[in-house]
Amino acid sequence: MAELISYEQVDISYKGQRIVHNISFSLHEGEIMGIVGESGSGKSSLLRAALNMLGRDGLVTRGDIYYKGLDLPDLSPAEMQKICGSEIGMIFQHAGGSFCPIRRVGDQLQEILEAHGSPDQQENEQLACELLTRFGFDNPKRIIESYPFELSGGMQQRVAVVAAMLLRPKLLLADEPTSALDVTVQKQVIEEMLLAREIFGTAIILVTHNMGVVQAMADKMLVMHQGETVEQGLTASIMKAPSSPYTKRLLSAMPKLRR
Amino acid sequence: MSEILRVEHLKKIFPDRDRGDLLAVNDVSFTLKAGEKLAIIGESGSGKTTVARLVTRLLETSSGRIYLDGEDIAHAKGTKLKEAYKKMQMVFQSPIESFDPRLTLGDGIMESLLNHGLEKEAALAECQKLLSLCGLSREFAHRYPHEVSGGQCQRAAIARALAIEPRLLILDEATSALDVTVQADILELLQHIQKERNMAYLFICHDIALVQDFCDRVIVMHKGRIVETGTPDEVIQSPKEAYTKKLIDSVL
Ligand SMILES: Nc1ncnc2c1ncn2[C@@H]1O[C@H](COP(=O)(O)OP(=O)(O)OP(=O)(O)O)[C@@H](O)[C@H]1O
Ligand SMILES: Nc1ncnc2c1ncn2[C@@H]1O[C@H](COP(=O)(O)OP(=O)(O)OP(=O)(O)O)[C@@H](O)[C@H]1O
Ligand SMILES: [Mg+2]
Ligand SMILES: [Mg+2]
Repeated sequence: MAELISYEQVDISYKGQRIVHNISFSLHEGEIMGIVGESGSGKSSLLRAALNMLGRDGLVTRGDIYYKGLDLPDLSPAEMQKICGSEIGMIFQHAGGSFCPIRRVGDQLQEILEAHGSPDQQENEQLACELLTRFGFDNPKRIIESYPFELSGGMQQRVAVVAAMLLRPKLLLADEPTSALDVTVQKQVIEEMLLAREIFGTAIILVTHNMGVVQAMADKMLVMHQGETVEQGLTASIMKAPSSPYTKRLLSAMPKLRR
Repeated sequence: MSEILRVEHLKKIFPDRDRGDLLAVNDVSFTLKAGEKLAIIGESGSGKTTVARLVTRLLETSSGRIYLDGEDIAHAKGTKLKEAYKKMQMVFQSPIESFDPRLTLGDGIMESLLNHGLEKEAALAECQKLLSLCGLSREFAHRYPHEVSGGQCQRAAIARALAIEPRLLILDEATSALDVTVQADILELLQHIQKERNMAYLFICHDIALVQDFCDRVIVMHKGRIVETGTPDEVIQSPKEAYTKKLIDSVL
């Protein structure tokens, strides 16, 4: 099977200072990869690089990121806009920042669907409500009518997940998608993401600090430290027998519940 | 041990004519002693952040009492509120929103130090010391909030909250963007400060294993109410409420 996305020896810099060095990995359709590692090691930057969202100061200075054969950093803004959302969905680490603060949640979800060729408002609302329900909202109508600031941190995060999954993208870039969720809701969100893989073959790059989430979701994983890969491979084997000292430290520092 | 915070029958209603009022916090009462670490856990949307914002007076209380160090601050304003903020600080759930985007992190942290009467040079030195305690090099003082990672911003927010040496620190998901090794360092720092200054923590957190390690007591919230309270071991090892059981069972 052909690769859906591949990072090949990618370097990223901000203001000429290199913060990510020589990262390579690839994903097939339906595959899930977890990226874990040090705070500040470049995980979010890796995801943003795929969508040309590194901002004014950031740049992919070496290597390529191919999506279905297209070199993403070389795409024009117009070409990128076509892919963004429908082919590749993004869940940002700071979920609140992905919404317009002065417009209702429902209108923003409508807009996403309309922009990608679904003009029927009633149908759109139904779809949005259905998805919101699956993500643990018992009163989706109320959510649709809310402004972002009227939602709790974890509610905003789930709405951001819904917004990214609404168009059933082939690839989901998920940056800490469950960090603001209590464990019962987290479980529900994980199940829904796994279901999307099952039904639509969605591939997911999952950035998280939560090893439990990696274990529950990711087929393979990549461990980052100071901008470089220290270890990558199958989740089960790394969890069982980590080879790098940093991974070992990470696994042993994980708080464990004493039941 | 003296009591630093007492909350009695706290209520918050978000009025809404179209959709019906929302009772976000419903009859919540608890106390926190000096030097104590109290956790609030519970469902997404159960009212944890709202409780924190009521206590810190960022939201107006619908009814109930809030005593900080014996003084009723439920409706405090102006100077009285300023005095309260010398004793109590908060780290917000989304740290990036709590920093002014036009100020460097250093200026944000130094603001409160300067207000406190420190000279500019002393304030900068103190700020860099705080940053380094939180695992950030001095260079971070010159960065803007959008120029750092999620976890780095969160650490800067903790540094700022510690700057004026409060007696009560409210941490709302304040370590959720940190990898576990950095998280362990930050908790060790908080532990150390707690011993040194007898500081109290109100620790809102979804990571129940972390709560078990770090906190003395835990409150479980569900739909605006406190449904259970006890030591972490009591609540985790023999939960009484159905919701608490479900919560413990869902830990990965
Ligand atoms: N706009 C910017 N200008 C300068 N440096 C930046 C900028 N954005 C990020 N950085 C730096 O790049 C590095 C990588 O940041 P990134 O956000 O990718 O880290 P991360 O692995 O996602 O961390 P976290 O786990 O804390 O979210 C960090 O050291 C950060 O300070
Ligand atoms: N400014 C507001 N206006 C209207 N409703 C609000 C406002 N702030 C919060 N709410 C509502 O109050 C309820 C409690 O929200 P709160 O932020 O306290 O939850 P939380 O327990 O902190 O959840 P999370 O774990 O997801 O952060 C939610 O239903 C939320 O939608
Ligand atoms: Mg990040
Ligand atoms: Mg909250």
